[in-house]
Amino acid sequence: MRNCWIKFFGLMVIMSFWAVPGVARAGYDYVDISQPFLRKIPIAVPLFKKVSSGHETDQLSKSASDLLAETLEFTGYFKFIDREAFLVNPQTDAAFANVNFHDWTSIGAELLVTGGVLVQDNLVEIELRLYDTFKEKLLVGKRYKGNIADERKIIRRFCSEVIYTLTGDRGIFDTEIAFVSTGSGNKEIYICEFDGYNPRQLTHTNSITLSPAWSSDGEWIAYTSYAKGKPDLYIKNLRENRGYVVAKQGINTTPAWFPNKFELAATLSFSDDPEIYLLTGTGKIIKRLTYNKGIDVSPTWSPDGKSIAFVSKRSGTPQIYIQNVDSGQVKRLTFQGRYNTQPAWSPKGDKMAYSGMENGHNDIFVIGFDGKDPIQLTHNEGDNESPSWSPDGNLIVFASTREGPSRIYVMTSYGTDHRRLLALKGRQTEPKWSPRMVNK
Amino acid sequence: MQKKLWIILAMVFVIPGLLFTASCSKKAVKEDTSLSQQAQDEAEKAAAEKARQEELARQRAIEEAGLKEEAIQKAKDNFLNEDIGFEFDSAVLTPEAQEILKVKAEWLHNNANVKSTLEGHCDERGTLEYNLALGERRASSAKSFLVDLGIPASRLITISYGEERPVDPGQNEAAWAKNRRCHFTIN
Repeated sequence: MRNCWIKFFGLMVIMSFWAVPGVARAGYDYVDISQPFLRKIPIAVPLFKKVSSGHETDQLSKSASDLLAETLEFTGYFKFIDREAFLVNPQTDAAFANVNFHDWTSIGAELLVTGGVLVQDNLVEIELRLYDTFKEKLLVGKRYKGNIADERKIIRRFCSEVIYTLTGDRGIFDTEIAFVSTGSGNKEIYICEFDGYNPRQLTHTNSITLSPAWSSDGEWIAYTSYAKGKPDLYIKNLRENRGYVVAKQGINTTPAWFPNKFELAATLSFSDDPEIYLLTGTGKIIKRLTYNKGIDVSPTWSPDGKSIAFVSKRSGTPQIYIQNVDSGQVKRLTFQGRYNTQPAWSPKGDKMAYSGMENGHNDIFVIGFDGKDPIQLTHNEGDNESPSWSPDGNLIVFASTREGPSRIYVMTSYGTDHRRLLALKGRQTEPKWSPRMVNK
Repeated sequence: MQKKLWIILAMVFVIPGLLFTASCSKKAVKEDTSLSQQAQDEAEKAAAEKARQEELARQRAIEEAGLKEEAIQKAKDNFLNEDIGFEFDSAVLTPEAQEILKVKAEWLHNNANVKSTLEGHCDERGTLEYNLALGERRASSAKSFLVDLGIPASRLITISYGEERPVDPGQNEAAWAKNRRCHFTIN
């Protein structure tokens, strides 16, 4: 056992992802993927041990441990044990170097995260460990070095490690959310981090701008803007100041990127009727997808790109249909309710989220493809619209007027754990979850 | 003796002859002033009457022009201010809407060099993207009707604002009904 600890301390890990040698990987049996939110795992995250001293160390010890707890809580998998219940003071060696697992299992913690922080000039060194307290073993340990400003990045990276260890998936810590906000006086597109931190304004069109959509590699955002006096489709590169415009007569709207390709579907009405087309990323039409007089709008792709779901009024009321792109065969998906719109295909491929309107207000529903009834995820909480899935298919971000002005909320795919993401000046609508951002 | 006789005879004939012609011409030139005075008065009266009639006619013309101007302005205001309404989630033209569109078509006929933009709008219920498409359908519906009445399609542009530009921010049936509209502007 001591050997392991010596080996571990010998490691100087600078933002890298080595697995700790000599420690068995726990396997992915901690979170039941089929029912991930049914039972939350009790976890303890004490204040981090101060390896250095001084004001900044004091601050970091608290802020980093709080941020870690918050970030893990965002996933909905965990239940956090109150720090008041802890039997151990984190500043003693017992909490950090040698863990007495009984101190933790006796208060009901099945998982434990401990950390140590060292601050020197403007540099920090944070060491983090995840333990299984009942099996009495270290699951993951990492040491990170960086600037004080890298605190969030470090915590996010460790959380990815934790979730990967527990589920086999890296989770959503390196994702962002695009949305529309009216704070500047006009509807513009904004982007924030997955947990609502660092919101920043992306477009400055001084006109109506809406309907953001991320490309699969996170490099492009498409959106509709009235910047030139009519609803045109803009395709904008996020890092370089360049892009393309689709400015045909009529509406050019509801972009939806094809999975893993520089192509997108969009609704164009230049033929005097809104229909869905497949376009290149540069805005040229590849082919027309729908041939139906009347409204066809809001495309969303299946994760394998073989099918597209959309809203059509072809049977008299707005309902969701699925079309096989090769055969052109169309099947109706929704039969309950008289107004079903805003479909979003789960990245897991097995479910569709959408908003259904009843008695004048909207709620989020989820429906499978097995013919079973849809499940309502929001109830009696104002208008709930624009659902969008996290890339791991576990969470749904949406807009809700439950507090009055429209705000962005997140909930699990089962409709549990509703929490508000952020509240900015004005009204926030139309959130869209980004894919995993490769270079963060 | 005979010479003296001719001179006397000549005198007897010439002098009265002279006198006679003199008195004749005097007689031919003498005017009847009473008659011309009458004519002059009448002419003056007629001229005054004519001037009065002209003045009246001018005033009438101004009035008529004013009314016409007003009527022209009113027809134009009507074109701009009278929106056509729709049922919820529908782009179908109601009978009232069709009547209003007929009036708009007439105005467009009478103002042949005008182009118009037809804006389609929705109420705030329903969802954003669907309402953008519905607004577009409403504008298209109105445009088709006008084209069928003979207005060239090239004079009509459609644009949808979905639920983005309500005229009434209220959250009740009356407000929603006002917002479900196609509005006309002059380019």
